[in-house]
Amino acid sequence: MSQQYPALVVVVPLLSAFLISPAGWANKRLCFPIALVALAMATGSAVGLLFRVMNEGVIVYRLAGWDPPWGISYYVDHLNALVLVVVAVVALANLIPAKKSIEREFPDNQGAFYTLYILMVTGLLGIVVTGDAFNLYVLLEIAALTGYGLLAMGEGGRAPLATLNYLYMGTIGACFYLLGVGYLYIMTGSLNMVDIAGLLPSIYESKAVVAAFIICMVGVWLKMAFFPLHAWLPNSYTYASSPASSLIAPLATKVMIYVMIRLILTVFTPDFTFITLSISKAVVWLAVVAIVMGAFLALKERSLKKMLTYIIVAEVGYMVGGAWLGNRAGMTGAILHIANDALMTLCVFLAVGNIVYRTKGHHFENLQGLFKKMPFTMGGFVIGAVSIIGVPPTCGFFSKWYLITGAIQSGQYHFMVALLFSSLVSVVLFFRVIEISYYEPFSDHHGHGHDHHTTPMEEAPLSMVIPLLIVAAGLILVGLYTGDIVEHIISFAVPEGLV
Amino acid sequence: MTDFLELVVAKYNYWIYITLMMIGLYAIIAKNNLVKKILGMNIFQTAIILFYVSTGVKEGATIPILEHAHGPAHGAETHAIHAADYMNPLPHVLMLTAIVVGVATLGVALALALRVYRHYNTLEEDEILAQIRKK
Amino acid sequence: MKIIGLIIALTTGGFLVYAAVDFPDWADPQSPASTHVSPHYIEKTMEETSVPNIVTAVLADYRTFDTMFETTVIFSAAVACFFILRTFLREEERRERLYRHVLTGVTVRVKEGGKIPPSDDFERIDDSWIPHDLIIKTICRLLVPFIQIFALYVVAHGHHSPGGGFQGGVIFGASIIVLAMSHDLRTVLQRIGEKVVGVLCAMGVLLYAGTGALCLLLGLNFLDYSALAPVLGVGPVMARSHGILIVEIGVAIAVTTAMVWIYNNVSSRGKYDEGL
Repeated sequence: MSQQYPALVVVVPLLSAFLISPAGWANKRLCFPIALVALAMATGSAVGLLFRVMNEGVIVYRLAGWDPPWGISYYVDHLNALVLVVVAVVALANLIPAKKSIEREFPDNQGAFYTLYILMVTGLLGIVVTGDAFNLYVLLEIAALTGYGLLAMGEGGRAPLATLNYLYMGTIGACFYLLGVGYLYIMTGSLNMVDIAGLLPSIYESKAVVAAFIICMVGVWLKMAFFPLHAWLPNSYTYASSPASSLIAPLATKVMIYVMIRLILTVFTPDFTFITLSISKAVVWLAVVAIVMGAFLALKERSLKKMLTYIIVAEVGYMVGGAWLGNRAGMTGAILHIANDALMTLCVFLAVGNIVYRTKGHHFENLQGLFKKMPFTMGGFVIGAVSIIGVPPTCGFFSKWYLITGAIQSGQYHFMVALLFSSLVSVVLFFRVIEISYYEPFSDHHGHGHDHHTTPMEEAPLSMVIPLLIVAAGLILVGLYTGDIVEHIISFAVPEGLV
Repeated sequence: MTDFLELVVAKYNYWIYITLMMIGLYAIIAKNNLVKKILGMNIFQTAIILFYVSTGVKEGATIPILEHAHGPAHGAETHAIHAADYMNPLPHVLMLTAIVVGVATLGVALALALRVYRHYNTLEEDEILAQIRKK
Repeated sequence: MKIIGLIIALTTGGFLVYAAVDFPDWADPQSPASTHVSPHYIEKTMEETSVPNIVTAVLADYRTFDTMFETTVIFSAAVACFFILRTFLREEERRERLYRHVLTGVTVRVKEGGKIPPSDDFERIDDSWIPHDLIIKTICRLLVPFIQIFALYVVAHGHHSPGGGFQGGVIFGASIIVLAMSHDLRTVLQRIGEKVVGVLCAMGVLLYAGTGALCLLLGLNFLDYSALAPVLGVGPVMARSHGILIVEIGVAIAVTTAMVWIYNNVSSRGKYDEGL
C-alpha cells in the first residue's frame, strides 16, 4: 500500500467528498466524522510519502498505467512532499474548530459546506503533487471554484461582491496560466513538466518561450495576490465566514507560491530563470514594493481581520523576493517560509475565529478587555503575532534569517531593508492590538461596563481552543527543529546548481 | 514587405484569436455592469479554447476517428494507420476540459451575481459602490 | 477605468502577438505539437484500447485522471451554486398559498392553516404567474423523449463516433431543462425531486472515482483499467474499452444532474418555486 501513497493522498479526500454530499441530505451529523477520517488518512499518506522520499529520492507515480509523456504522472520530490504535509496538517487542524462555527452559521447547509471544504483540500493537494502542467490547471480550477463557494457566504452583501471580484481576477489568472501552458505546448509538443524541461534548452532564445514564462508568471502572481495584483484579497477574506477564511487564508496563496517555485526550478531551470532572462532584479524590486505597501496598508485598518489580510500580502512579497534572489539561501528561506507562514497565518486566523465566535465582530472595538475574558485565545494569538514579527525561537525568525542572509549574499540590500521595515511595522500593529485587548476594560455594548475587577472568563468552546494552542506550540517546535528540516529536506529540494 | 505579409497570412489564426482574447479582457476590466463582465470573461476563455484547437490542424488530415477500424470480425482488412492522415487529438481533449471548466465558472459567477442583486437591487458596479460608501 | 482597460488590453495583445511570431504556421504537419506525443496516440490506440475514436481513448484512458477532475469541477460548481443560493424558506411558505382552478381560471388564496384544495382540479402558482402557451407546451412535451433517446445514443456510441459522456449528459440535461422552461419548475420537481438530483450527481462521479479505486484495490495503479480484466472476464485490451464505457456512463449521469441542479438553483433564485 505504501506504493500507492501518491494516489491515496488525493483519492481518499475525493471519494469522501462524494460520500459526504449524500450523507448531508440524510443525516447532517454524519458529515463531520467522514471528513475527519478522510483528512486524517490524507495526512497519514502525506507523512508516509515524505519519509519515502527522504529514503528513496524522487518518486514518479504513473496514473492509469501509462508512461509519461503519454499519460499523466505524479512527480514527488522533497519540495513537493514538504508542502503536501503542510497543506494536509493545516486542513486537518482547521477542521476541528470549524465544526462549532459551521453549526452556528450554516445550520441547514452543513453537508454542502463540508463537501466544498474537502473538495478544496483535494484540489490543493492535487496541485502540489502533480507533475503534469495541464492537470495542474484543472486542479487549480477545482480549488478556485470551491473557494468561491466557501467565501461567498459571509457578511450581508459585501461577501458575494468581494467574491465576484475575486472570481474575475482569479479566472483571468488561471486563463493566463492556461495560455502560457498552450505556448509551451505549441513550442515543445508535450505537457509533462520533466519532459518540457528536457525539450526547452534547445529553444531558450525563442521569443515564444520567454513569453510563455512571463505569461505563466503573471497568471500565478494574479492568483497569489502579488502587489499590484492583490486587490481581490483583503475584501474577499475579511467578509467571509470564519471556518472558510481560516482554511483559505493560510493555504491558497502559499500553494501558488509553490507553483511559482516549481516553474522556476523544474520546468524552466534556474539557468533560464536567472541567467538567460535578466528580470530577477526587477522582480526583487517589485517584491520590495509589495512588502512596503502591504505593511503601510495594514496600518490604517480598524478591523483585525483586514489588517491580517494585508499582512498576508506582505508575506507573499517575502516569498517572491526570496525565490527570485537567485541564490541558495534565498530559495531556502522562501521554501521554509511557505511552511512557516502557513502555520502562522492559521494560528492568528484561528484566534480571530474564536474572537468572532464569542464577540460576534472582528473590529478593534470588539477586542477591549479580551485578555481577561479569553486568556487562552489571546495567548495563542500573541505567540502567532510574535512569530510574524520574527522573534526567536518561533519559526518566523528562522525563515527571515535565511531571507536576510540571501539578500546580503546577492548584494540586494533593499530587500533586507524592506524585511526589517516590515518587522518593525508588524511590531506596531500587534502592539496596538495587544494594548486594546489588555488595558482597555471590556465594555458591554448594551450600556454600562461591567465591574472591572471581576470580568468572568468566557472562553470559546474547548474544541476551538485546544487546536489553537496545539498550533501555537507547533510554531515554537518547528522553529526549534529548523536546522533538521533544512538539512534533511530543503537542502535537497533546491538544485545543486544554485549557489 | 512581402516577408511581413507572408508572416501575417501564414499564421492568421493566432492574430484572430489574440484579438478576440483582448476584446474579452477589455470587457472584464472596463465595463460597469456585472453581467457584461461575466460575458467578457466567457469571451476570453472561449478565445483561448479556439486558440488551442487551431494548433491541432494538419494539412489534408481528417477528424481523429480511425476509419475502417471495426476489426477483423467485420471482415475489413487492417489498414496501416499513418499519423499524418489524422488531426492532432490532444488539443481537442484538453479543450473539452477547458469548456467544462468555463461553463462551471459561468454558473458560479451567475449565482454570485444573483446574490449581489438580492442585496443591493442593482447590477451596476458604481451604484453598488455608492451604496456601500453611504453606509 | 475604460482608458486603463484599453491600455492593458493593447499592451497585452501586442506582447502576445510579438511572441507568436515564432510559432509554427497554420496547419503545419511538422510542428512539434503534431510530431512529439500525438503520433503515439493515433497509431497505437486501436491495438492498446480497441476504441476507434482517438479523442475518447485519450480522454478516458490515457489522460483519464484529468477527466475525473473535470467531472469533479462540474460537481463542485453545482454544489457551490446550491450552497450560495439555496434558501430554505419555511415561514413564508406557510403564510399564504395561491391555487388556480385549471378549467375555469379562478384563483384561490389559502391562508395559514386553511384547507388545501384537491390537486386534480387545482394547480399551485406564484405571484408572478403567466399563462403557459399551449403550442409550446405540447411541442416540448412531444420532443423530450426523442431528445433523451438521442442523448443515450450519443453516450453509448462515443467509442465509434463523436460523442461520449459529456456531450450525451448535456443533451439529456437539456431535455429536462426544456421541460422546466416550457411548463414550470414544479412540474419537473414532481418528477425528479431535489434530493434525487443531488444524490445522483454525487453517485455519478463516485462511479468514476470508484472504478479507479477498484483498480487500485486490485493491485495496479489508480485508474489502470487493465486491472479490471479478471473481474470482467475479458483480455486487458477489451477491459480498457469496457472501462472507458463505464466511466463515460458515470460522467453522463453526473453532468446531467449537475446541469439540472444548477438550472434549478439559478432560475428560481434558490427558492424552488415556479422558476422561469
